[in-house]
Amino acid sequence: FSVNIIIHSSDGSCLPIKDCLLLVPRNYDPSLHPFEVSREYTRALNATKLERVFAKPFLASLDGHRDGVNCMAKHTKSLSTLLSGSCDGEVKIWNLTKHDCVRTLQAHEGFVRGIVVRYCGTSFFTVGDDKTIKQWKMEAPGYGEAEEPLNTILGKTVFTGLDHHQKEAVFATCGQQVDIWDEQRSSPIRSFTWGVDSFSSVRFKPRGGEIPSTELLASCASDRSNCVIMTMRSNTLCLDPMEAYHFTCANEDYNLYTYDMRNLDRPFMVHMDHVSAVLDVDYSPTGREFVSASFDKTIRIFQKDGGHSREVYHTKRMQHVICVKWSADNKYILSGSDEMNIRLWKANAAEKLGVLAPREKQAINYNQKLKEKFQHHPQIRRITHHRHLPKNIYHQTKELRIMKEARKRKERNVRKHSRPGTVPVVSEKEKHVVTVVK
Amino acid sequence: MAKVSKAKMSKKVFKKSSEVTVNSTALKPEVVYDDDDDLKGADEEIISEEEDGEDERKRQHLLEAISALGGKRRKALGERSEAAVQMSEFMVNAEDESERVELSDLIQIIEKTSTVPAKTKKQLKNLQRSKTIECPLSKQESERIQRDVAFQKAATDISRWKSIISQNQRAEQLMFPLNQEPSGPKPMERVVTGWKAQTPLEQEIFALLSANKQPINDPILTPIEQASMRAMSLEEAKVRRAELQKARALQSYYEAQARREKKIKSKKFHKVQNKAKRKEFLKQFDEMVKTDPAAALEELNKMEVARMQERMSLKHQNSGKWAKSRAIMAKYNEGARKAMQQQLEVNKHLTQKLVTSLNGDDEEEEEAGDPELLPDFVNDAEQDLDSSNPWMRGRLSEDPTEEEVNSDTVGLTTEQSGGMEYIAEEEEKVEETEDNVILREFDSRRKLRQALETDTAVEMSVDEEEEEESKAAAEDGYASDKEEERLSEFTNLFHEIVEGAGDAGHTDTSTQLEAEVIRIRTLGSVELLTQDNSATDKVHVESQKPLSTENLPSTTQKAGKSRKRKKKIQLKEVLTKETKVMKVLLAPTIEASEELEEKLDQRGLIKEAFAGDDVISEFLKDKRKQEDVGTSKILDLTLPGWGEWGGTGLKPSRSKRRRFRVKNAPPPPRKDQHLPSVIISEKRNSFISLHQVNSLPFPFENHTQFESTIRSPLGRTWNTERTVKKITKPKVVTQLGTIIEPMAQEELVKVKVSAGKNSCVDSLKIKY
Repeated sequence: FSVNIIIHSSDGSCLPIKDCLLLVPRNYDPSLHPFEVSREYTRALNATKLERVFAKPFLASLDGHRDGVNCMAKHTKSLSTLLSGSCDGEVKIWNLTKHDCVRTLQAHEGFVRGIVVRYCGTSFFTVGDDKTIKQWKMEAPGYGEAEEPLNTILGKTVFTGLDHHQKEAVFATCGQQVDIWDEQRSSPIRSFTWGVDSFSSVRFKPRGGEIPSTELLASCASDRSNCVIMTMRSNTLCLDPMEAYHFTCANEDYNLYTYDMRNLDRPFMVHMDHVSAVLDVDYSPTGREFVSASFDKTIRIFQKDGGHSREVYHTKRMQHVICVKWSADNKYILSGSDEMNIRLWKANAAEKLGVLAPREKQAINYNQKLKEKFQHHPQIRRITHHRHLPKNIYHQTKELRIMKEARKRKERNVRKHSRPGTVPVVSEKEKHVVTVVK
Repeated sequence: MAKVSKAKMSKKVFKKSSEVTVNSTALKPEVVYDDDDDLKGADEEIISEEEDGEDERKRQHLLEAISALGGKRRKALGERSEAAVQMSEFMVNAEDESERVELSDLIQIIEKTSTVPAKTKKQLKNLQRSKTIECPLSKQESERIQRDVAFQKAATDISRWKSIISQNQRAEQLMFPLNQEPSGPKPMERVVTGWKAQTPLEQEIFALLSANKQPINDPILTPIEQASMRAMSLEEAKVRRAELQKARALQSYYEAQARREKKIKSKKFHKVQNKAKRKEFLKQFDEMVKTDPAAALEELNKMEVARMQERMSLKHQNSGKWAKSRAIMAKYNEGARKAMQQQLEVNKHLTQKLVTSLNGDDEEEEEAGDPELLPDFVNDAEQDLDSSNPWMRGRLSEDPTEEEVNSDTVGLTTEQSGGMEYIAEEEEKVEETEDNVILREFDSRRKLRQALETDTAVEMSVDEEEEEESKAAAEDGYASDKEEERLSEFTNLFHEIVEGAGDAGHTDTSTQLEAEVIRIRTLGSVELLTQDNSATDKVHVESQKPLSTENLPSTTQKAGKSRKRKKKIQLKEVLTKETKVMKVLLAPTIEASEELEEKLDQRGLIKEAFAGDDVISEFLKDKRKQEDVGTSKILDLTLPGWGEWGGTGLKPSRSKRRRFRVKNAPPPPRKDQHLPSVIISEKRNSFISLHQVNSLPFPFENHTQFESTIRSPLGRTWNTERTVKKITKPKVVTQLGTIIEPMAQEELVKVKVSAGKNSCVDSLKIKY
């Protein structure tokens, strides 16, 4: 008695099957394979060019809203579900694989300001301009049942943002003050405010109540209390999901700032490239990159430790992008914009989606490494960085550059003509922080 | 509608005010005063209470109306009507002077009650006497301090993540989701633990199992096995298993090898192998004598038995049918001769006598009695044993060099007597039979072949060989002394081996030539010979490397040194120098002598070699050409026939030619203008520079670093499959369709625990 076993090796080396390449013994003597650098350079160049050829990031557009999309939320348990709230108070639940709307409900009067799914994925919360917080069931109501919220809390002021705790039945809202709510109670269990002075001194508005994903409630609270006053107002804030003490905020001055929570005196990275106010930011689940949505009708993807964007997405029809989300499997990006559409993009523009053959995977990895290796060579650099931009953005970028240079020149001249030490050199990072308010 | 609502509000306010106090109405009713007719009655009520302040009231009214126009209304400070978490400090207030609570009032009550301890009463009295306490910090300030403290605490708290974050940042590859459970079947224990016996049958089985101490929850290990597991740590077990595995693999490997070798049919292979084995055995035998004499003795006995068997049999004696046929062929066929020779060799080896200290003398005598049974040369093996008596030896296969060695060992002191002996030997040799001469020729030819092989090696390193030879010679002498003393037979064996090695060095191209040389040498004076040797030595080196001038002095020095050394032991020196003599004979002597006389320098040589072509002028010509290419030339752009008549025999006018003559601007000065012996090309390939990196990229500190990273290839053309896989591993791997959860508190705990474990292990290691 014997058992025959068929073994499929996962690493691509195969058994002698028909139309499968066999492993052939090779001679690795370097004298037999000359010109390795130039050959690999050519391969890298080709890989870079092909990447640009295959870069087709736009996947689908979800239309159905009757007003601009103001906020979106990812489902915590299902990758294919997306929730979106529009400026007319309507909330829609989408099925991303089918590209269609599953359910529509009139949640609020006026804007839907915030939307968040409970950690268990069975219900979701919305806040709106009508000063209410509503909890809804995820499933559609049965036949003959009225579309009604599970729970409604009447607030005193308008809420502008909302987030839920990752593990507990606690959520937070922000508006004039930041409140932390227990799901079971109708009044906040804690609320935080600033002194009057911090309001009056600059045009600073409490940043979005993005509660950190884990138990960092306290630290976030203190973060809020220990806030930074910047020259311009910050719109949104997003915490790095993998590195607890890093967060990025999107600012009105066209930049994004990544801070270390423990040291708020200066951001550890300033991300520049947008040419208009940045409205929303969301981290990739790996915590290495983030995506930002801007008023200049583009989405940009930044490395967390890179000053400039690695990618820019735009289409002719996309207007001011209000909200943006990075999907939980790190493969897609979703953007909601003024012209009522939600767009689905690939996170890596040239990536081939779907299941890959092992050899395909190997080739991709090899090409990726080659690109990395030769990234400093001018031709490869030029090709990888080249993007077609809408005319106005292109010109505005140019203009901004000129302005910046002029300012720099002027500062240099002033420094040259004043007593040494009177005009100190202020780095780009320090320039934007006015003070840190305790 | 507006009116109605206002009226309602005013009524409400009025009610409130009336409830609180009568006096407070003086402050309160500001909202009340409206032009409404409905409220007249209520107004009058108030008016009746304060008759005198009519004007005052009107003024107040006016002020209120004006302030109301501005849209600002004073806040109504009411009582708390509903429970709220947020409570304003301004909500609780004392409405009037009379309502203010004073400390003395409180203390009075305390004094009355007997339960309050005396101590507290005293303290309170002291408090009354002392001045007012400093008022507490304002709310903003105290909150700020609280926030600051909270922030510090949170900052330290969040720093706990630092280790795991830096670990992730440094990781070569991160697989997301991070804390994924391995897919596939789960271990049996985990599945079984949740399950309980319910039916009576199951319970019965479980009872049986427990009675026999068989595992229930953990079905893989019995308690005994677990105990044994505990006894041996996992690492130890792993190491042990690896060792066992290796041993097994090795065993099977050797078995396979042995089987394979056994199957080989080639006789030659087995012959060679046996020979090698024998050699190896001899080597080991020496050591065995020291370590395990009993075993050595046994081995010796075995060898003795083998020898006896060989002597009894007719094997390898060249007496068989085959051997006879060979003997006939031998005159014409070299192969046949060789084969016979080999047979004899084998016989020689096998019948070699092993003299032990116990029965050495008896054997010898026996040996001496034998010769009629065997051919003469069979006894050759004994030559070393009987070194004291050179006349007793067979001379057939003996080399002249060996003779020399032996003569040396006899202990001749004067060259004269040595020479005499040699002559005598020569004479004897002449008398040898024809057959023997043939056989000897075979031998010499065989040695010639060996010598050719060794010669190549010898030529490579003359100095080394010299030293080696002297060493060998010294050992020879040492061994011969021992022989005379007849200490043991093991040393004999060793001596044989050494001599075998020496033989290779000593062997010559042609024995006749060598013999002549030696005769000359032995007749001449030793001093002369040594000088001659050193001279020939020098010549030899020069002939090998005629151009290397650096080597020469060192070799001559060496020669000088050796001369000094050699004056002490002259005979040995003669031996060592033998090979040199042979080489001189091989080398073309005329050339060497010429080179000795002429000391050509390199420059001269090169000049001579390239006498025909003039390099310098060619270079200058080249340079001029390069310069000419860049210089401006006058271009004539006149087109005949434009603006005037053209045709055969007609030339464009002079003025026109002058007009269309264009002179180019002179090019910038060349870089090699002032360097007469250099041409710097001004042509730079712009196409290549497009692809080149101009400046050092950021993370690199110097250009060598950068270059080395660029130079190391990644592809599978240059690397093995495994290396490629390792090199091209992507830094971040995510799976399609899996949700990556943000890092949770558990992750932190996990890392901490593992770190703690590691530290524990470390501490244990330190302890042991």
